Amino acid sequence: MQNSFAQRRRRDLLVAGGLALLAALVPLVVKDVNVQNIMILTLLYAALSQAWNILGGYCGQISLGHALYFGLGAYTTTLLFTKFGVLPWFGMLGGGAISAAIALILGYPCFRLRGHYFVIATIVIAEIGLLLFHNWDWAGAALGIDVLVRKDSWATFQFTRSKLPYYYFALVFCCVAWLITFWLEDSKWGYWWRAVKDNPEAAESLGVVVFNSKMGAAAVSAFLTAIGGAFYAQYVSYIDPESVMSFQFSLLMALPAVLGGIGTLWGPVLGAAILIPLTELTRNYLGGSGRGVDLILYGSVIVLISLARPEGLIGLFSRKRKEVAR
Amino acid sequence: MGLLYGLIAVGLALIFGLMDVTNFAHGEFLMLAMYVSFFLFAFFAIDPLLAAPLVAAAMFVFGAVIYLVVIRFAMRAKSNIGMVQIFTTFGLAILMRGLAQFFFTPDYRSITHSWLGGKTISLGGVYLPVPQLVGALVSIAAFGALYFFIKKTDFGRALEATREDAGAVALVGIDKNKVFALGWGLGGALVGLAGAIMAMFFYIYPDVGASFALIAYVTVALGGFGSVFGAFAGGIIVGLVEATTAMILPPSLKSVGIYAVYLLVVFIRPRGLFGSI
Repeated sequence: MQNSFAQRRRRDLLVAGGLALLAALVPLVVKDVNVQNIMILTLLYAALSQAWNILGGYCGQISLGHALYFGLGAYTTTLLFTKFGVLPWFGMLGGGAISAAIALILGYPCFRLRGHYFVIATIVIAEIGLLLFHNWDWAGAALGIDVLVRKDSWATFQFTRSKLPYYYFALVFCCVAWLITFWLEDSKWGYWWRAVKDNPEAAESLGVVVFNSKMGAAAVSAFLTAIGGAFYAQYVSYIDPESVMSFQFSLLMALPAVLGGIGTLWGPVLGAAILIPLTELTRNYLGGSGRGVDLILYGSVIVLISLARPEGLIGLFSRKRKEVAR
Repeated sequence: MGLLYGLIAVGLALIFGLMDVTNFAHGEFLMLAMYVSFFLFAFFAIDPLLAAPLVAAAMFVFGAVIYLVVIRFAMRAKSNIGMVQIFTTFGLAILMRGLAQFFFTPDYRSITHSWLGGKTISLGGVYLPVPQLVGALVSIAAFGALYFFIKKTDFGRALEATREDAGAVALVGIDKNKVFALGWGLGGALVGLAGAIMAMFFYIYPDVGASFALIAYVTVALGGFGSVFGAFAGGIIVGLVEATTAMILPPSLKSVGIYAVYLLVVFIRPRGLFGSI
């Protein structure tokens, strides 16, 4: 059993390396800007969903307020850059640190809540954040902020001529999120989180410090989410509260993991690979009519998959693997 | 307004208390009810106040059908049952919003000449809009009826018993699915009633549910899941807090007060004010 678990991990790593290499080569063939945009978003959401998965999937704390951390990352980077000229790289790390700190502060009271009370608390907190940013004049209030275009370079993390640098950053970000999860899965934390998810009382009695392990998951998850937000702000170079902090984002971060399979390494990747192109394509081709066809399709897919495959799509082709993991 | 929040919330509380499912499509149920009253008014010139029982009946059927067609299967999931329920009802919400946009277009609509619309009466120097006042009265009546219904009738008792122990109930020959379907129907009827009343003084558009849904969840959770009285009390508190916040903070921040009070309450008392679960 121990051996096969190690084997599975080695195979996971190999597959991931292969996929990453393949993904790195794709832009050499695919030059279409729309397709590249979809690929960047897919990678971004795979990473964000992986970040969500750490707290929601492994640790079992279903947060639907991750848009708060996403927004904080985006706002910190953009405000530092436009108001003080601080390079986005520092803003990115700063945003991550702020989000992680806020996750810890919020976690203190929130993790005492259970089930739906916790879910609603996370939604409500993110909503308060949204409303505050809406009314914060210095941060652009409801109008949002345009990110100034300085010059194309890695230092300012701005590229107006090509999407490729963004693509490679998203790819690296996605790989890092995956690797962190991969590493955590087999660490002390990973085992603690699964114990907390399955049965907090039993975990507590076995000496797992339930509260601290939830806090750890929240901090890692928030940090990664904020990095994603910072990247997104640079990528679209315009942010307003609705576009980075609305409830839709919280959902969009959780959905790939749920569709792919929560609490699994590959779930978020698989989910994002299916969901994001589907969303973007339906929006491009059907959404323009303004008649909600994209929403109809999107909603039906979510209902059907969550009813037919409660363990996520990953269950389709890894039955054996699941037995091994048990 | 608080009583209306309570009325919206009580259907949600009923469904939750009944079987531990939070219906995240509740706001969309409300939206549908408002459209039904709008079309009854537009095509048959039925005043929303008269239409309320019709809307409630239609929403009763709708709620029961949704349970039988969708929710029943979501409850069968063996793994991740909490997630499955959350995302099934979320998916349903998105689907309903999309369908509303498709069939009704995203235009804002409103019922212009209802009997009571725009009228106010003066009570001891305070001017009150009549539709809201009637809404409050209907809400109180509905709460009373629901309370009586759950405590005194056979079906109400079956509902409570099924909630306590679905397995034992099956042994005495009560069909769990039938009880749950009726429960969802009842939840739908209550939100239908709320929708019909609200159609008198709110714009009707596909996303209208979303703006009330979060407040409904907060109301339910504030009062404590599974408590009908809690939803009633939660509604009144939410209404009062909203009115107070509106006086102190700019209008765009009025919901912040509600959310803050919710957080304050659950941080101090994690089960809500009257929650038993």
